[in-house]
Amino acid sequence: MGKIKLIILREYLTRVRKKSFIIMTILGPLLMAALFVVPVFLAQLEGDTKTIAIVDETGLFAPKFKDSEKLHFEILNEDPESIKLHLTDRGFYALLHIPITELSVPNTAKLYANGQPNIIVTGYVRETMRKEIESLKLSASGIDPEILRSIKSTVNLLTIRVDEGGNEQNSSTELSMVVGYIGGILIYFFIFMYGAQVMRGVIEEKTNRIVEVIVSSVKPFQLMMGKIIGVAMVGLTQFVLWVVFTIIIVTSVLSVFSADINAFRSSQLQLEKDPIIMYDSGGETIQPQNQNMENPEQINEAVVAIFDQINSIAFQLILPMFLFYFIGGYLLYGALFAAIGSAVDNETDTQQFMLPITVPLILSIMVAQFIIINPEGPLAFWLSIIPLTSPVVMMVRLPFGVHWVDITLSITLMIAGFLFATWLAGRIYRTGILMYGKKPSYKELWKWLRYRS
Amino acid sequence: MQPAIEAQHIIKDFANHRALDDVSLSVPEQQIFGLLGPNGAGKTTLIRIINQITAPDSGEILFNGRALRSDDVSQIGYLPEERGLYKKMKVGEQAMYLAQLKGLSANEAKQRLKSWFEKFDIMNWWNRKVEELSKGMQQKVQFIVTVVHEPKLMIFDEPFSGFDPINVNLLKDHILDLKNNGATIIFSTHNMASVEELCDNIALIHRSKTILQGSVDGLKKQFKPDNFEIVYSNGKSDLRQLLGEQFMVLEESKKEHETIARIHLEPGSDANQLIAKLLPHVNIHAFREILPSMNDIFISQVNKNERSNG
Repeated sequence: MGKIKLIILREYLTRVRKKSFIIMTILGPLLMAALFVVPVFLAQLEGDTKTIAIVDETGLFAPKFKDSEKLHFEILNEDPESIKLHLTDRGFYALLHIPITELSVPNTAKLYANGQPNIIVTGYVRETMRKEIESLKLSASGIDPEILRSIKSTVNLLTIRVDEGGNEQNSSTELSMVVGYIGGILIYFFIFMYGAQVMRGVIEEKTNRIVEVIVSSVKPFQLMMGKIIGVAMVGLTQFVLWVVFTIIIVTSVLSVFSADINAFRSSQLQLEKDPIIMYDSGGETIQPQNQNMENPEQINEAVVAIFDQINSIAFQLILPMFLFYFIGGYLLYGALFAAIGSAVDNETDTQQFMLPITVPLILSIMVAQFIIINPEGPLAFWLSIIPLTSPVVMMVRLPFGVHWVDITLSITLMIAGFLFATWLAGRIYRTGILMYGKKPSYKELWKWLRYRS
Repeated sequence: MQPAIEAQHIIKDFANHRALDDVSLSVPEQQIFGLLGPNGAGKTTLIRIINQITAPDSGEILFNGRALRSDDVSQIGYLPEERGLYKKMKVGEQAMYLAQLKGLSANEAKQRLKSWFEKFDIMNWWNRKVEELSKGMQQKVQFIVTVVHEPKLMIFDEPFSGFDPINVNLLKDHILDLKNNGATIIFSTHNMASVEELCDNIALIHRSKTILQGSVDGLKKQFKPDNFEIVYSNGKSDLRQLLGEQFMVLEESKKEHETIARIHLEPGSDANQLIAKLLPHVNIHAFREILPSMNDIFISQVNKNERSNG
């Protein structure tokens, strides 16, 4: 339809040419890239070695503080008061004062510094003291620390999913969680950001009083759909640009930063090019994570294991499903947002109508953590079926493997829900856009639904 | 001649009231038709029905003698009372958009818009944003986009609001031009002076019903109060005594050299009798019938209808 195309094009072009869009498109990837790059950058920074003075009146803790690359400890036997006053003069970053207390096991200490002490320092001090106090308490209660050490154990659980055909597949709960969560959150933000843009666009047309001019040329429904689709394309454009820019920035910055990372990356690339390697070592158990990875072969193995897990998640299913819920969810909510925009005169009046559509959306992101714990439970089932919550909840569920019946049901209801929401919104919209002045009630909206078009 | 547009027994109900109650009217081709009525009478609802923005609950609109179709929107130009433009968009771009929505191709739209912009001497606004223009300037752009697709039927709802007197005249000339070029125009306004100046026919809607319909000249004759104005001099005797019971002197005002009187003719008498009675006694300078203005007719008819509805 030629007219809808014109509307889509206008909605798209006016938004894409806005300064705010251009700024967000550039700023977004910079921020995201910063998330990746800054920690690397900070690690690269050659920090000065900090000298910390220790006055340990108990004599129990001082020997436990070991010098490291960044921290140097000096054990002193002076009056802490005088050191405290001359910290910078004497070249100390901080002073740790552990006084004698009446308790058999002391647990108070004071750290003096000029300004807020560094989190690394406080963290190290706290951890060292905690360990020592624990072992002191253990020996006070007659438990040998060695016994305790032998009791402490790490469990590395290799989960293997068995499908109906009896094929086994390594799976990782953690990774599934992450993939599901990221998918859900992306959909959530996309719906909120661009749904609200649709609503604002409708209100703008109403307050500009241009809407009556336009609906004398096109059907209100065409205007509404053109806007929803146009804004969706703006969102997709921004999304794609963000992904592309972020990848470009991260790779180029990281390649400048460190040769190590470069090497790591090339090994990853190697793996991608050569899937046989992944399969060969795929069956091996995962190495305990806290083991040192000095050996390049070990690094390789760990990477292979991660890739193997990523492979185990059915991306050939998840990616298209992500696109489906991403677009379907947006269209459903976009129509409802458009209806709200048409019913009010300005943004402050939107509150009462926003509530019923933001609640299911917020609910679905809030229950995501429970869905992760029990992706097969009744809560997960129902919320991934109901169209208002299914875009987020189904995304969270999918990486854990969902029965095809559930998926089919969810997709069918999603399409039905989208069609119904569009129909409903269309009926409210065509009356709402021509109503000025008074804020309508739900009762009035109900009447609008039943007017003849 | 077949009417350009015809409304037949239109009924439209809203939640709490009936906006149009069995409204019928017919707009002759190539004429300017005044759609009049107090605020809230139902004019805008009727206009929206003609524009297919809303649908009637019952009744039918005939366009060139056949039922109105959805693709007729390209034959209709509508300048709503509540009008505006996208503030952040450039004037030319916006005009192109609206013209194309009416079905013009991009080339056609550009060509015609340019000629209209030159006619209004606003070509230098093409690349300016709408928010930089004054209200009157925006109205000009709005007028152009209403007529650029050369519709057969144009509907102007209060077209002169926001214009200064010079531009009101410019616009009137353009509207008359459009009519002479074959367009039929429905013109809704509260400005009765412009109705008299422009309209050939009118319909008066009050309380959701058509209470009056006809040509401007015909209605003026129909509602004339049979009053005459006489300017005379040398009047020695009192007019009231002179004229007797057949003629009622409504008003008399003396100037330095002449007197102006308004006289009402009682039924059964005519203007010639009045002149015959006056001739022997006074020197008549001027004599004319006082016709009601559209404003008078509007007010008297609305009040009458108001009274009969209690």
